[in-house]
Amino acid sequence: MCLAVPGRVLDIGEKDGTRMATVDFGGVQKEVCLEYLPDLQVGEYAIVHVGFALQRLDEESARQTLELFEQLGMLQEEFGDPWEQAAAAGGEPWPFADDPAPVPGPGPEPAPALAAPQEEVQP
Amino acid sequence: MKYIEEFQDPALARRLLDDIHATVTRPWALMEVCGGQTHTIIRHGIDQLLPSQVELIHGPGCPVCVTPLEVIDKALEIASRPDVIFCSFGDMLRVPGTGRDLFQVRSEGGDVRVVYSPLDALRIAQENPKRQVVFFGIGFETTAPPNAMTVHQAKKLGIPNFSLLVSHVRVPPAIEAIMQSPSCRVQGFLAAGHVCSVMGVREYPELAARHRVPIVVTGFEPLDILEGVRRAVRQLERGEHTVDNAYARAVRPEGNPAALAMLEDVFEVTDRAWRGIGVIPDSGWRLSERYRDFDAEHRFSVTGINTREPAECRSGEVLQGLLKPHECEAFGTLCTPRSPLGATMVSSEGACAAYYLYRRLELGAVPAAATAPTAASAPLEASPVV
Ligand code: SF4
Repeated sequence: MCLAVPGRVLDIGEKDGTRMATVDFGGVQKEVCLEYLPDLQVGEYAIVHVGFALQRLDEESARQTLELFEQLGMLQEEFGDPWEQAAAAGGEPWPFADDPAPVPGPGPEPAPALAAPQEEVQP
Repeated sequence: MKYIEEFQDPALARRLLDDIHATVTRPWALMEVCGGQTHTIIRHGIDQLLPSQVELIHGPGCPVCVTPLEVIDKALEIASRPDVIFCSFGDMLRVPGTGRDLFQVRSEGGDVRVVYSPLDALRIAQENPKRQVVFFGIGFETTAPPNAMTVHQAKKLGIPNFSLLVSHVRVPPAIEAIMQSPSCRVQGFLAAGHVCSVMGVREYPELAARHRVPIVVTGFEPLDILEGVRRAVRQLERGEHTVDNAYARAVRPEGNPAALAMLEDVFEVTDRAWRGIGVIPDSGWRLSERYRDFDAEHRFSVTGINTREPAECRSGEVLQGLLKPHECEAFGTLCTPRSPLGATMVSSEGACAAYYLYRRLELGAVPAAATAPTAASAPLEASPVV
């Protein structure tokens, strides 16, 4: 949630009296509110946080940042399935393969959230 | 310099590092305020690439971490009500309140939904007029304007079944509190870039002058951090303490005027408790009088909930830079990301979680390598933590 991701404005419209845009984040498209950057135009880049464009960014910086986020898997973190991620964070021993545990599926399946400490690795 | 090849521009990283190495003559302690920066630093081993005289202290800038336990408990209580659709960002799902989390509330039948934007929650409210829709409004100055706009829209469009559970926090009072602590060692700050994208830098010159600390506005990519450190160290070596913007591509000095105006309209400054730290005066926002009808705490009468944090946890000290995560007795044993005890292990951007995530094997390997190579892969839990 902390993350603010650069994206490119594809088109601009209006919804409920509010200026909205479709913004592309390296392949993922989202609806974004432009009320805080009212003069942003189609083709321009901006830093977007939780569906709001907050500051303009030049194309080169935006491209570099997106590339880096992609490499680091951060776009997946931001736009992937949050339930799946939460299940993984709670039910799996964080991403370490040396601690086998059942892989919980997505959805409401209650993973052992506050698992007993002995479930952690005890060699 | 084992990680340097992983930098986006290794040659530039090396130049920045060489410059820092050449500039430093004495020990300096810098605090990176933002949890995203902590994450980058640990992930790329930036703290290990820096000269030994430059210490990076991790700051309190992780909104998920600092959301007080009692606010989580309020969220859980509201989310459990059958008439409520509770909307949240995904990273709040696993934050434990007293005994459970939103993930569990959902598995027990609560209607908990994850949204990408607060405006999605507003749309859900429009589509479900017979139910109460509550959005969990947490975050720093970057997240507050979107939430402010959403409440403003709710009022403008007359959507009576929408409300906000507010726990917004502000960075400058936290910097003030850190500087006022008698045990404070921080000599310079890397300020959180995206917070400044909204707020600009107007709150910082006074802080920098009064506490005689350089404040360098810094982004959160690896090269941004190196550049921030370089500028802060340069100032410290020269005995300067000014505000410097090393993230000009995303931060204008005046911030975002439209967002600032909306914040002013919808919120008012209030004292706020930070998980692990306690109450910091003027460090948060709540809905202003005109928008009080949209305050979930009042709508659902959960103002009375009070909770205590686990005594073993030292995340308050971690958040203020007084303790490194692995110096906590519970780190990696009683406390892991799977069963976090405290604020800074709760979110993957918290300092304890970042250490656990990226340093676990490495920290375990340090003593092991010195004694028995066979133990080199021993997990951290089994090793004395350095
Ligand atoms: S390791 Fe866990 S118990 Fe220790 S300070 Fe961090 S969050 Fe608290």
